[in-house]
Amino acid sequence: MATDLEVGKTIMQGQVLVQAAATAQVRQPKRPHVWRKAVLPWLFVAPLLIANIVVVLGPSVGSAFFAFTDWSGLGSFKWVGLANFQRMVGDRVFHVAFANNVKWTLLFLIVPIGMGLFGSAIIAPIKRGAMFYRVAYFVPHVIASVVNAEIWRQILHPTMGIGPWLASRGLKFMDVAFFGNVHTVFYAVAFVDNWQWWGFLLVLYLAAMQAVDPELYEAARLEGANRWQEWRNVTLPGILPNLVFTILITIMWSFKVFDYIYLLTGGGPAHASEVLATQVFNEAFYQFEAGYAAAIGLTMSLISALVVVVFIVLRRKGWEI
Amino acid sequence: MRATFARRSRRVNSLLPNYIIATALALFTLLPLLSLVFNSLKSSAEIGQNPMGLPRVVHWANYVDAWNQAHFSVTMRNSFILTFGSIIGVVIISGLAAYALGRLNMPGADIITLCILVGTSMPMQLFMVPLFFLWSRLGLTDKLIGVIIIYWATMSPFATFLLRSYMVSIPKDFEDAARVDGASELQVLSNIIVPISMPGFLTVALVTGLSAWNEFLLAVTFLHRDDVKPISTALYAFQTRYARDWGLTSTAAVIMALPVVVLFLLLQRQFIEGLTQGGLKA
Repeated sequence: MATDLEVGKTIMQGQVLVQAAATAQVRQPKRPHVWRKAVLPWLFVAPLLIANIVVVLGPSVGSAFFAFTDWSGLGSFKWVGLANFQRMVGDRVFHVAFANNVKWTLLFLIVPIGMGLFGSAIIAPIKRGAMFYRVAYFVPHVIASVVNAEIWRQILHPTMGIGPWLASRGLKFMDVAFFGNVHTVFYAVAFVDNWQWWGFLLVLYLAAMQAVDPELYEAARLEGANRWQEWRNVTLPGILPNLVFTILITIMWSFKVFDYIYLLTGGGPAHASEVLATQVFNEAFYQFEAGYAAAIGLTMSLISALVVVVFIVLRRKGWEI
Repeated sequence: MRATFARRSRRVNSLLPNYIIATALALFTLLPLLSLVFNSLKSSAEIGQNPMGLPRVVHWANYVDAWNQAHFSVTMRNSFILTFGSIIGVVIISGLAAYALGRLNMPGADIITLCILVGTSMPMQLFMVPLFFLWSRLGLTDKLIGVIIIYWATMSPFATFLLRSYMVSIPKDFEDAARVDGASELQVLSNIIVPISMPGFLTVALVTGLSAWNEFLLAVTFLHRDDVKPISTALYAFQTRYARDWGLTSTAAVIMALPVVVLFLLLQRQFIEGLTQGGLKA
């Protein structure tokens, strides 16, 4: 069946080549099409470039400048050199936020990726009902953060949620105000974000697994490999590029995380769940410290850039990622 | 016959642990969603006594109350304008750019691609503050078109890469034949490339629409007046105002999620493909 398709495709390509050769002979350029070759493509790309320059690149350059000023977000400003960066060094909220971003990164490199890899290995051999599971795991990811936040605000509510319900049935230690307690709030928010994220990774790994050559599995089975060996030696190498890609986006997104923290806790209580993105938002729009906010935003971007550079360097060095 | 049956039942048996774990994971994602739907059907009196279980009396009135009190007729309209405005703009912008980058052998294509990649990896927090200042100078804050333009810029790069990968694989002879007949590039694009890349455009439209419908950060930053708020930020305000009335807040949340979930169930293949594409192209 598959070979039939291949043969068909090859024949089609042959015909295409013959036709292309025929048209190439007919088409003799009458004069050099400078317009078509050099100007027209730029007109086609112009809307994309203009939108990006006006909205993203221009203001980003602006931010890189304002990071060295005392701008409030309105009106005038003056140059303050590195003062904003010195302030970051001594700012307790920045320290907490930065540490939380690092913690978030580590947590999301382990939990959702682990769940996604484990889940995809569990689902892969299932044929009947595979579609149902795929859809079920993916659904929370297409639902708005505002809606998911509402769901978990209710389930983890300190008096009406699952905590007191479990506590009244013997699990006393579950009687926790998950979003109100400085020791649990960070993990509670991370739990909610992970709830809508791990299924996306599972489906992505599953799709990558389908692209692995079935003959490799056949060969592994013939050599008597057990399921773990099969996964370790066939599946994992097969999906490695996708795994590395998800590691890369996890690191980049963990430093930008905003929605669930803003919606569930606003960074509180007492900054216990503060991250850089919520701090920037707060400094810029509530404290009118746009210059300082820009400095923090610039730091976030530099971390993102660093991750990309490390990734590119590793790839250049011949790592197969 | 009996042999195949035995083999099949042995296979199902050996997969039993897989089914148990898979089902447990599915319950982990679906039960919280169901609890929201259940709560949306309870009166506030019932929620106080029964916050977790099935509704004892189905209270449809929540849907009317939430619709009116959260001004859904206004916020829905705003969200639809944001969604379709973004889709139309992103499809045009990325379609044109993908055509130039993918099929016109344009000089400098690599540099443009690199610039756009750098742009997409920037956190919004970097450019949001100066952008807000610029937008308020231009009178674009508290206007739907202001946010639509921002969505165009932030959502087009992904769409461009996706469409480009579709367009690159189209055989060259189709468009050459049209060019011989004297078609302009725009005609080649609209009469030949677009119809062939239709699945790509559908995916782009779905993913763009989904992101615009669900988007929160930019909407909460740029749209403050009640008459321009989309459903996401209006729902957030509603949740704060009616924090104690779970019946109403759950209902409002369900109303927001429902169109997305229905569309997702109908077109799940396109959705999943579109959203995981970035990861698979790496």
